[in-house]
Amino acid sequence: MTTGNFVARPMGAFATRETTSDEAVPISFTNRRSDCLVHETALVSWAMRPHNDGLPFTGVGSVGKPINQAGETMKTRLSIAGVLAVLAATCAATAQADINVGVTLSATGPAASLGIPEKNTVALLPTTIAGQKVNYIVLDDASDTTTAVKNARKLIAENKVDVIIGSTTSPNSLAMIDVVAEAETPMLAMAASARIIDPMDAKRAWVFKTPQNDAQMATAIVEHMTNNNVKTVAYIGFADAYGEGWWNEFSKIAEVRKIQIVGNERFNRTDTSVTGQVLKILAAKPDAVLVGGAGTPAALPQKSLKEKGYKGIMYQTHGVANADFLRVCGKDCEGTFLPAGPVLVAAQLPNSNPIKKAALEYVDKYEAAHGKGTVSTFGAHAWDAGKLLVNAVPVALKKAQPGTPEFRKALRDALENTKNLTAAHGVFNMSPQDHLGFDQRSRVMVKIDGGSWKLVQ
Amino acid sequence: MNLQIALLLGQDGLTNGAIYALLALALVLVFAVTRVIFIPQGEFVAFGALTLASLQAGKLPGTIWLLLALGTLIAAIEGSLAMRRRQFRRIPVILLVNCGVPLLLAGGLAAISAATLPLPVQVLLALLLVVPLGPMIYRLAYQPVAEASVLVLLIVSVAVHVTLIGIGLLFFGAEGSRTPSFTDVSFEIGDTLLQGQTLLVVVASVVLIIVLYLFFERTLYGKALRATAMNRTGARLMGISGTLAGMLSFTLAASIGAFSGILISPITTIYYDSGFLIGLKGFVGAIIGGLASYPVAAAGAILVGLLESYSSFWASAFKEVIVFTLIIPVLLWRSLKARHVEEE
Repeated sequence: MTTGNFVARPMGAFATRETTSDEAVPISFTNRRSDCLVHETALVSWAMRPHNDGLPFTGVGSVGKPINQAGETMKTRLSIAGVLAVLAATCAATAQADINVGVTLSATGPAASLGIPEKNTVALLPTTIAGQKVNYIVLDDASDTTTAVKNARKLIAENKVDVIIGSTTSPNSLAMIDVVAEAETPMLAMAASARIIDPMDAKRAWVFKTPQNDAQMATAIVEHMTNNNVKTVAYIGFADAYGEGWWNEFSKIAEVRKIQIVGNERFNRTDTSVTGQVLKILAAKPDAVLVGGAGTPAALPQKSLKEKGYKGIMYQTHGVANADFLRVCGKDCEGTFLPAGPVLVAAQLPNSNPIKKAALEYVDKYEAAHGKGTVSTFGAHAWDAGKLLVNAVPVALKKAQPGTPEFRKALRDALENTKNLTAAHGVFNMSPQDHLGFDQRSRVMVKIDGGSWKLVQ
Repeated sequence: MNLQIALLLGQDGLTNGAIYALLALALVLVFAVTRVIFIPQGEFVAFGALTLASLQAGKLPGTIWLLLALGTLIAAIEGSLAMRRRQFRRIPVILLVNCGVPLLLAGGLAAISAATLPLPVQVLLALLLVVPLGPMIYRLAYQPVAEASVLVLLIVSVAVHVTLIGIGLLFFGAEGSRTPSFTDVSFEIGDTLLQGQTLLVVVASVVLIIVLYLFFERTLYGKALRATAMNRTGARLMGISGTLAGMLSFTLAASIGAFSGILISPITTIYYDSGFLIGLKGFVGAIIGGLASYPVAAAGAILVGLLESYSSFWASAFKEVIVFTLIIPVLLWRSLKARHVEEE
């Protein structure tokens, strides 16, 4: 599944670089352009060369003199030269330092509901930055860690990308760190886990991320709970990295804020029933229940709780922030609270909020391409990655040519120096220690009201 | 755990178990007749549920395109075979059955808005769209290798399963769907609430099992299937077409799958890939029945449902582990008890 702008490469330009090994083969990134030019120049000079090799030329002059007797043949030669010149021009144009952006995301598999809007968003990213053509090479990693790593290697070794955007999920992004650090290619992850950029070390110096950390979102929930007099809470989350991650963050913060946790249950994305877990939660009589799930599967525990007569406050995580969740959960999700990126309720933000304009720009663009009500917060993470690039690439271009290690280094430095960049999910203020750079402005509490998202003031 | 919780869990387990039992029966049936371990069984559950959901959402379900594509492919293959054998009179029939009927369905769906139809008609339409996929898949994927070993057939099954999952994602998207309940009645028994829909699932499953029993015991086609299951060569010598038996068993499996999907989609959210796990639990039931005995398979599937329900209460994080670990002692007991027979 590959979309995006493709460069028609002249055949053979890379033939010698094919590698079947999974290990990243150190490859020099610099001579791609010259390689191509050498090829074409040789061919053109062959066509233009005065041929005194005794073929159909009679009365041949000395070498170097233009030949005009054999007009017919000369014409053919010239037209061949013309064709080759055009070829050379195309070759030069493609090899002319375009910026190559490699994208690996989970457009299929369990994380597809996040990966698909991201993929759609990549198609909306600018195709020129600071006058340079940008090529996006999009690969699908099927929500699979091994494939994500393979994709990262492939993008670096075969496509010679200057930067990688991806992947969608935290396990995939974590696994890619080693690969990008080894090849010294900056990477912009679209996954939530704080561990992707923390603790900062030599490898993670190449890694940035655009989504808010789980901890930031969990703090928002706990804050809302203390403000609403919630004393006891039960947690039910996915039996995977997402649910576990949320449990770790949430239980830590809740303990500090003296909120008692009376239940901790797990369920699977594909479960057809959560009756057992729900009954156990009901028996503990919590004031509130937090569901740690993403997308429509997170509706199942909530529906079961309502069905069995639970009356307390319901919390969901920002993983559910798409229209499909509202569709599936229906009236059972009325009154649910969740933290989310401001893009979810962009139109309701006060005009004084700088994020409103940036978020609406994305919403309008996405909905223009895919129809009203199709936008989700996940795609906006890809959009923000694009925003970071648009901001950083002009700085890096002043220092080096795309396709070189120097450019990737300059791009990394420029990304790290991002200051006050307003994007759809918040305002980026990066530093060598913080490769996310979001503050409180990057999250809002949202309530489900009348089948839509309402900003909680 | 008090009595009320135990009852609720039991009710939940029985509901899921009833669906697993239906799927287990379909798996046993397909394996007995064609020796195919029908991994894509679960996909019919998802396709049935999601086709109904998209009909109700007023969308043209993607399954119609699959139906048209497979129909055209079969018509092309059968048509060229008929040409080669100079049986020109068969060609219009082939075209009508494989292309005409799906086209008629597609035209009908495009002309009228399915969202406004009464629920039973929608269910019927969903079944009409999904069930023919069963025999079509048999014709395309299994019939050419019908005489191959169980292992080859299993590999084909895996391929079909992966393909159908991909097609499901394409047609229905990554997010799940729920359909509205067939009935909103609920009964108060003691202090527990019995949902009408869960009762409907159990009753419908029992009825379906009885119908299957009658089909196998009383009808000629049912007896032909049983004969093929007992001895394929013998049945062929008696004039029972192996191809027809295969087609028939796949049609039955597809109808059971699609019907199960339609039954449970009001209770739970179904995703394009939900079917696999549901089918797998039916498979555990079928394994308990040794892929041969219908009653034991059904009982095994109900056991799986109950085990799943109670373990989700005690140790929700290990629910799947507990359910699938069940298969190990069963296999052990089976292999100790049964005499090992080399495959022919």
